[in-house]
Amino acid sequence: MSKREYFKYVFIKTIPVFTGYTVLGIGFGILLQKAGFGVGMAALMGITIFSGTMQYVGVDLLAGGASLVTSAIVTLMVNARYLFYGLATVEKYKDAGWRRPYMIFGLVDESYAIIVSDDGPEGEDPNKFWFYVTLFDQIYWIVGDMLGVLIGSALPFSTEGVEFIMTALFITIFVDQWRDNKEHIPAVLGVGVSVVCLLIFGPSNFLIPAMIVIAAALLFLKKPIEKRGKMPLKGGDPS
Amino acid sequence: MITTTHALGIVAAIALVSAALRFFPALVFRGRETPQSIIYLGDVLPYAIMGMLLVYCLKATPILEAPHGLPELIAVLVTVLLQLWRKNSLLSMVVGTAVYMVLIQLVF
Repeated sequence: MSKREYFKYVFIKTIPVFTGYTVLGIGFGILLQKAGFGVGMAALMGITIFSGTMQYVGVDLLAGGASLVTSAIVTLMVNARYLFYGLATVEKYKDAGWRRPYMIFGLVDESYAIIVSDDGPEGEDPNKFWFYVTLFDQIYWIVGDMLGVLIGSALPFSTEGVEFIMTALFITIFVDQWRDNKEHIPAVLGVGVSVVCLLIFGPSNFLIPAMIVIAAALLFLKKPIEKRGKMPLKGGDPS
Repeated sequence: MITTTHALGIVAAIALVSAALRFFPALVFRGRETPQSIIYLGDVLPYAIMGMLLVYCLKATPILEAPHGLPELIAVLVTVLLQLWRKNSLLSMVVGTAVYMVLIQLVF
């Protein structure tokens, strides 16, 4: 298989991610531009963070001038699922050699879905295929991010209200998770605790207490939840 | 608008914690049994946190003043129903956002 054929193969396999990331990335870029940042910032975030959910939340943290500690704790909670992906690929990537650090760094939900189900073209190293899937996905994401900033500054109509795309993204994930799982205690707990903390601590301070209570409550409920036998849960998070 | 240094600090904090989470299992759990509570949290936390993020997104909605969060409520319902019906995330997101923009710019 020539290099050209190989890359064409990877591109065809990643077309669904290409479409999804272009739209999601553009949404992110428009929000970032609205918050007062440029193409450079979009590229920097796409390269170094490479996490859809956390980049959307990141725009909010940037716009509100959040502290570094708050930013770190929010990231820890929002991206806790990466621990899980990391665990799932410890074995899989063990022979990846020099490609391994990047494959671990760049693992997002979409790439994960392809990687667990596809070893790439026959007779070729699967690690090479997984590496290029990861790389192609990140390139789509970075280009989408930058494109969004450019589109945001050129739109002929008011972008007031475009920030709802972040809410809409989380709604679609939440609905998918609800539909795919029988165990709804974590979801109900997440919403309930957050609303109570919002009422007690107010909009600018509720996030950290909410996260602490959610994590503590989930650990406290570990036995009863596992006893209900509706686990394990399935994801449904686009990045 | 925050300073460039502060902005870069926030990006660095997010990037470092994300990378740490991705590398942690490979560095720590290689060839060792993973603690049950870590597996459990990795399983249930994303689900709970998505609920929290929804509240976070809607935290500034003015309920007590006109239009009493009505544009948000309508746009949320449209997004939920569309996602239940068509199961197409991109479609739900784009239509939900368009509905919200039209509501706050032209209707309310």
